[in-house]
Amino acid sequence: MADGKPTLLGKAAVIESLPEHPAVKALGDLITDAKFDRGELTLTVAKDSIIEALKAVKAAGYNAFQDMTAVDWYPSTPRFQLSYHIQSHSLKELLRLRVVLDEEDAVIESITHVWEGANYYEREVFDLFGIRFEGHPNLRRILMPDEWTGHPLRKDYPVEGYR
Amino acid sequence: MAELDLGTPILEAPVAEGAKDQHMVLNMGPQHPSTHGVLRLVLEIDGEIVVRLYPEIGYLHTGIEKTCEAKFYQQVVPMTDRVDYLGPMANNLCYCLAVEKLLELEIPDKAQWVRVLLTELTRLNSHLIWLGTHAMDIGALTVFLYTFREREEILRIFEMVAGQRMMTSYFRIGGLSMEPPLGMYDRIRTFLSTFNEKIDEYSNLLTGNPIFVNRLKNIGHLSKEDAIALAVTGPVARASGIDFDLRRDMPYSSYEKFQFKVPVSDGCDVWARYVVRLEEMRESVKIINQALDGMPEGHFKADAPKIVLPDREVMKTQMEALIHHFKIITEGFAVPAGEVYQQIESGHGSMGYYVVSDGTAKPYRVHMRYPGLASLQALETMCKGRLLADVVAVIGSIDIVLGEIDR
Repeated sequence: MADGKPTLLGKAAVIESLPEHPAVKALGDLITDAKFDRGELTLTVAKDSIIEALKAVKAAGYNAFQDMTAVDWYPSTPRFQLSYHIQSHSLKELLRLRVVLDEEDAVIESITHVWEGANYYEREVFDLFGIRFEGHPNLRRILMPDEWTGHPLRKDYPVEGYR
Repeated sequence: MAELDLGTPILEAPVAEGAKDQHMVLNMGPQHPSTHGVLRLVLEIDGEIVVRLYPEIGYLHTGIEKTCEAKFYQQVVPMTDRVDYLGPMANNLCYCLAVEKLLELEIPDKAQWVRVLLTELTRLNSHLIWLGTHAMDIGALTVFLYTFREREEILRIFEMVAGQRMMTSYFRIGGLSMEPPLGMYDRIRTFLSTFNEKIDEYSNLLTGNPIFVNRLKNIGHLSKEDAIALAVTGPVARASGIDFDLRRDMPYSSYEKFQFKVPVSDGCDVWARYVVRLEEMRESVKIINQALDGMPEGHFKADAPKIVLPDREVMKTQMEALIHHFKIITEGFAVPAGEVYQQIESGHGSMGYYVVSDGTAKPYRVHMRYPGLASLQALETMCKGRLLADVVAVIGSIDIVLGEIDR
């Protein structure tokens, strides 16, 4: 219970308790799962509707792209989770949009035409996790050398390199 | 010795057929002095005009995020110091706040206020280095010596507080690592009593200096829309007219109890960034003074024996404390599963730590969002179509630290 706010798990509980929340209202049926935990709202959307979802929250006042990264849940499936953090300057709030991806199909549409600033963040996720972004203007490795093999932040990549 | 035949001087360089419209690709860095570390820029230039600019980064990549996954939660704190090595306390604060949010741990007021106090000193430290190196890039060498004089005193205060000048690791999960030392407040007060005059001194050297003004004004234009689209935050965004400061708008660590102004400018150029940062230093002085005047009494760390290490004397005299100490050091402490995103306003902009826990004693994933990466993305927008010489001024104005970009 952060700041006295109860934890809400599941889509139904979140929609019931926060029906007036601008992001919940904007996304509506696009939400597949939801969570309100430690004062932070996480909304899960389907992989195919990420662009639609981002455009909807952008119109609802979440104007600034803050951060984007991935989490590797290896060996459980679906393996990858993408977390988009979107800031609202007017609502003074941060929203997390979550998308899950299967290992075999670790491809998602690039959001660079919604927020240009996602460019380097997507390149970073591509470099360190090996998730591909369709429609990205320049999907190359960013932190690792160009000729590197493997994606270091995957959980099956050892911390001290291959032995 | 035969005399060298230098030939007739070429008055006009011969241009090959069809080469008139060709662009030259110029490599700047990674050892260029104005790139503040190891930034490499690939520039495509048409004469002196920048056509394209492409930052090539990763030279300082050490895989800190991966290393964090192999450490206990408390062992990550010293690693955060090394990310943005000019703002160690801000890194510590952001990470500790994130883990405390995961643990839902209450921090005593005194620890929160000392954190504010030292984070603002860190901001001064970071801005002083920016001012010195930025002016030096432009050619005003003197300012560097002045700002490093003050920075030295801040580092001495850090040494007094944490025993370390740069890699402080003073903030710990649950509070501070130890009681602030005797005489610290007085020393900070003495330092601050003359600091506003020192800012005037820098301002006297630069603000009225026509060379400096001409190198900065109307250079590196970044509109408000571009700044938001490119995820730019902090002083660079505020110099483009975005009135947003996490300390005021989404307060953390008791910032809501402090009164300060957020300097904003509509200039959108390098000059506006200079003005905003100078003004920010004055506001930081105000915050530190308020923290010194209103410092609450109390304990410097939370009462959570299974998470926070016991005091040394208690540990040596009480069996239970010794067991807790042993357990925390050898096994760490389990953090309930969940994910949090904590953001703070660091010297460069909005810093964010995304910590995912799977319920064990080691973080499952630590992602660090540092403002430098977004500012670097905006570099091309700021430099395109302008003179090559301005690139140096613009890099200085976004206050780049490669440690935080490459991680």
